[in-house]
Amino acid sequence: MSGSFSSSVAGRDIVALEGVTKRFPGIVANDSVDLSIRPGEVHVLLGENGAGKSTLIGMLSGLQQPDEGRILVDGKPTPITSPRHALALGIGTVFQHMMLVPTLTVAENLLLGGPWWQRPRTEELEARVAEITRRLGITVKLHAKVSELSLGEQQQVEILRAMVRNSRLLILDESTSMLTPKGIDELGALMRRLVEQGLAIVFITHKLKEAAAFGDRISVLKLGRKVGEIPPERFRALGEQAIISEIVELMFGKQKDDPEAVERPVRTVQAEAAPLLQVADLAVAPTDNAPGLSSISFDIRPGEILGIAGIDGNGQKQLAEALAGQRAATGGSVRLEGVAIEALSVGERRRRGLRYLTDDRLGEGTVGTFPVSINFFLKQVGAAPFWRHGVEQRGEIDERAAQLVREYDVRTPSLKTPVARLSGGNIQKVLLARELAEGAKVVIFNKPTYGLDLANTLASRQRIRDTAARGLAVLLISTDLEELLAMCDRLAVIANGALVGTVENTDDARTRIGRLMIGLAA
Amino acid sequence: MSIDTAPTASATALDATSGTATRRDILHRLLMTLGPILIALIIAGCILLAVGVDPLAYYGFVLEKGLFSPLGIQQTLTRMAPLLFLAAGLIVAFRAGMWNLGGDGQFLLGAVTAAASAPVLVQIMPSWLALTFSFLIAMAVAMIWSLIPALLRAYQGVNEIITTLMMTFLGTSLANVLVKLMFRDPSTTVPQTRTLPVEDRLPRLFETTITSGLLLGLAAIIIVHLVMTRTAFGLKLRIVGANPRAAVHAGLGVSGLTVTVFAISAGLAGLAGAVDIIGVQGNVRADWNPAYGLAVIPAVFLARMNGFAAIGFVFLLSVLSIGGESAARRLGVPNHFTLVLVSIVLIVLALAEYVDHRYNQSRKA
Repeated sequence: MSGSFSSSVAGRDIVALEGVTKRFPGIVANDSVDLSIRPGEVHVLLGENGAGKSTLIGMLSGLQQPDEGRILVDGKPTPITSPRHALALGIGTVFQHMMLVPTLTVAENLLLGGPWWQRPRTEELEARVAEITRRLGITVKLHAKVSELSLGEQQQVEILRAMVRNSRLLILDESTSMLTPKGIDELGALMRRLVEQGLAIVFITHKLKEAAAFGDRISVLKLGRKVGEIPPERFRALGEQAIISEIVELMFGKQKDDPEAVERPVRTVQAEAAPLLQVADLAVAPTDNAPGLSSISFDIRPGEILGIAGIDGNGQKQLAEALAGQRAATGGSVRLEGVAIEALSVGERRRRGLRYLTDDRLGEGTVGTFPVSINFFLKQVGAAPFWRHGVEQRGEIDERAAQLVREYDVRTPSLKTPVARLSGGNIQKVLLARELAEGAKVVIFNKPTYGLDLANTLASRQRIRDTAARGLAVLLISTDLEELLAMCDRLAVIANGALVGTVENTDDARTRIGRLMIGLAA
Repeated sequence: MSIDTAPTASATALDATSGTATRRDILHRLLMTLGPILIALIIAGCILLAVGVDPLAYYGFVLEKGLFSPLGIQQTLTRMAPLLFLAAGLIVAFRAGMWNLGGDGQFLLGAVTAAASAPVLVQIMPSWLALTFSFLIAMAVAMIWSLIPALLRAYQGVNEIITTLMMTFLGTSLANVLVKLMFRDPSTTVPQTRTLPVEDRLPRLFETTITSGLLLGLAAIIIVHLVMTRTAFGLKLRIVGANPRAAVHAGLGVSGLTVTVFAISAGLAGLAGAVDIIGVQGNVRADWNPAYGLAVIPAVFLARMNGFAAIGFVFLLSVLSIGGESAARRLGVPNHFTLVLVSIVLIVLALAEYVDHRYNQSRKA
């Protein structure tokens, strides 16, 4: 499918990949990928986590070298040997994680990388920046410290940096993942203006809607292979919905209109059953960088999913941590099966069946350098049968870990692989396996699908539904309203550390929650 | 690289790392260790040439005295005893992510306590019991000394690198004061503690002058290694070291573990002082400070906090320090040239590590 559209006018390509293959121990990251990148086009690279997008970018930006195939720049085969070389060829990359020095000003950041023996040419830079920003219609505060800028503004600075260095091809790696919806729209408009000026853009994302909204040409990667391409002519001919369904077919081989919109299954929560988790007047003191909680009260019955909706940073993490015992509460009570647990330690709460699946998978959920097998048991260190008299039982650990790997479909080269080497979706499976394993009664999921690709998102949601179906009480914290509406029985809205209202998930729940979130009564 | 995982796309294949790969790793490690040492010897040789000393003669004396002469090797092995205890203490702390750099203060206080208690205790109880008590008292004093940085780190988040280093200055001075004011031997003019009679010291091994403290040191470091790698307690410490936030999330009592780590680490440093006094020196002079604690740190780093590798590096350090002292005397090189040599070895090893890392990176890329 891929070959049929790649063009005959190869002379117009700024950069073209021909049969590029890149192998890593145990996996083929890219398998003879062809790609043509042209001026005046936003070329969207679409693929799930681990499809090989990052590797492809690594080769274009000079960080990695292909094992087979070649890269043509202006029609000539050119090995891109280093990031510096890539810049010299006019290939600028804006990486997923910001690469600016937060303590320096924007101007200083833009001047970094100049020859060390020269005085920084500030005036020259200011003139160039003024010219570029005028053409693009953006404003950049040159003398502001980077740490004072919003993430969206920082990204504009990164794009500007690429422009100042005369890039002809701009690569944006998952650039929308940290932006607000408004920031995403602004980035889309900026990309449009950039390509109108003759730039080529490679835009990497795993969000279908962005691909359809911002792209001119879409290439779909799957397990390292390019499985399809939608060229501009065809792209313009199709409507957004048609494009999305075509991409979904390319990615998953199954036809679906919007794969994320799943019908909420009708579940019956036993209304008369005693609540598994009862929280009353829970309060947490605010800290320097986090809001406190005040008078949080709710019940969750067996088999019920209670959603916590709200804009990020309104106390969701504090709520989860206070329930799990990681954060000291200043008042209120938490009862598990009727027994007060607010004075118990993290470990004791867990032993009694309260499980907390953190949203910070690598930051606190796992120890990245430890093997997958040990990470399954981080919260049970010292417990039989994996430790006997304090001595590690490798056999027992490996056996149970292998079982969990199979049960939860964790894709890992081996049990000994450091967990940080797995993709986000597979790390999440390790956490799910750890928290849902035997003895769970109440499970707190904090943003369980954040940053996951579609397949892993759907799998995680199914796990959560199954968890509730087993008769456990589920608290689902998410900033994705669609997810909450698709999953929950009831939804509570959190704002400024307080629950401002709870609604049953009925047909008009969306509007009522929307009103609560912006501060109106439901 | 092994290609045995190839067809299993689901990648649940649970291959053990193949034997050849590990053997190659070991070879690679050996090469990466011995190669730089050789380069360092050449560089140090050039410096010796520059100051007009025959480097071959110097190295010859180092090896002869430190390794090949019967008396020298015995001294080398004896020197290892306190160094092994110190290394064991550092392994515990470093693996738990706590940089206890106060080893010298803890060592000296342990040494002074042992020197003060042992001669008194041997007069009132059997010698083996007296020595055991001396060891325990030395350990306890060093542990208490570590409480201040431990509590500051555990409950106030104060950086332990600063506090332990500062506590070392205080500890060194305090040891000095203790010798002069409290435990001074009235029968000598030199300010020093009372001397433990040779027959009451730790027995020597077989017919040699090697102290049996060497066996205690080896036991300590091997036990520490096994505890850190094979037990639940060791794993808890490693979790705290590798990701303290994950430790909190997993419900580990991080504050309590922090204090425990400091206590163990300092306790072992105190034992190092005690083993040197009870086994070899017999007394402490007021100005005595061998600064073993700082010398051992690089050896532990180079061993990557692996107990068995640390034994090897501690041995190397011992050979260099014993042999170097003698060679310096005989060739008129300043005694401190040993330190120059050790530091060149360290710098070259670190550079080799860096180059190797870059090479691996570029090969992966």
